[in-house]
Amino acid sequence: MDLQVSFLDRLFDAGLLIETGVDGLYGRSGQFEDVIAAFERLIDRVGGADGAEAMRFPPGMNRAFFETSGYMKSFPQLAGTIHSFCGNELDHMNLLKCMEVGEEDWTKGQEATDIVLTPAACYPLYPTVARRGKLPAGGSLFDLQSYCFRHEPSKDPARQQLFRMREYVCMGTERHVTDFRQSWMDRGVEMMKSVGLEVTIDIANDPFFGRAGKMLVNNQRDQNLKFELLIPITSVAKPTACMSFNYHQDSFGLKWGLNLEDGSVAHTACVGFGLERIALALFHTHGLDIKEWPENVRATLWG
Amino acid sequence: MNETIRELLTRVGGLPVAVTELEDGADLYAAGLSSFASVQLMLGLEEAFDIEFPDNLLNRKSFASIAAIEQTVSHILKAREAA
Repeated sequence: MDLQVSFLDRLFDAGLLIETGVDGLYGRSGQFEDVIAAFERLIDRVGGADGAEAMRFPPGMNRAFFETSGYMKSFPQLAGTIHSFCGNELDHMNLLKCMEVGEEDWTKGQEATDIVLTPAACYPLYPTVARRGKLPAGGSLFDLQSYCFRHEPSKDPARQQLFRMREYVCMGTERHVTDFRQSWMDRGVEMMKSVGLEVTIDIANDPFFGRAGKMLVNNQRDQNLKFELLIPITSVAKPTACMSFNYHQDSFGLKWGLNLEDGSVAHTACVGFGLERIALALFHTHGLDIKEWPENVRATLWG
Repeated sequence: MNETIRELLTRVGGLPVAVTELEDGADLYAAGLSSFASVQLMLGLEEAFDIEFPDNLLNRKSFASIAAIEQTVSHILKAREAA
């Protein structure tokens, strides 16, 4: 814990992250953003030739799609909904009085809007693709990036509440999407090596909620559905997941009605880059001053 | 016990086939049991038999068929008697 606080403090002191008073909610400096932009260009160089269709959604998604996704079944503790004031003038007066007195929670009267904070960059994609009709026989590949929200306040700079996720999502046959996932596991290791980061890949699970979640964790691990690429940031014993490689079988295909040309249900897989985590791994490994980073790392990132 | 399990499966399993048509040894996942439905089933079994599944039995194998569920529940009941 002390180690985490001190890395976070060092990032604040160096001006790379900017404190806001809320754990896990930080501003980023120009230098920090430079690293993320450079790493995204590296992703483009490695994955660009695959010809993925790029889409960018804002960090909020349609609440109806969020409800269909089943996110609340598995991760209610992480979700963030957007609520707004929807009252009349009298309600407004009461609201202001309530805020002034400060004894009662002024947010109690806020009402849910049609927008929910995006929990992972690919969530808005599935209903969008489903609306288009059948997928081509050769499958489809998409490139996404979005800020994502997860309600898990922490002093670990690698566990932020609002962070960016770059993703490639593949839809097609089982063979097609599992090959895609394997190729990115190999590429991920090579990419991290090229920027001087020590990595391991391990089987993983999502943070499913509660006791019932234990069963989902066991199912996920038994079936090798999730792998993570781990890099030591705040702990060597518990390295941080900087990429994840997920095979959803046909569960999203069934849920969203994603079908291939021959009518069969599409299998899906996604590969995610935790952009802030990768930047933090680079700062942790090579130091807080980019000018001091090894020449080959700088050359890979900035050419 | 077999009947209680079948009743629960009918109620929470969400299977596209009739539970009465399933053999005791039939693969429930192949029959369409989803991960989430298997969790519902687990919670239903805990309530029906007043038991608690230990972590090591919270896996796909325990719920793979009606026979497997019977075996898992019997195992938990027996372990409780022995305790």
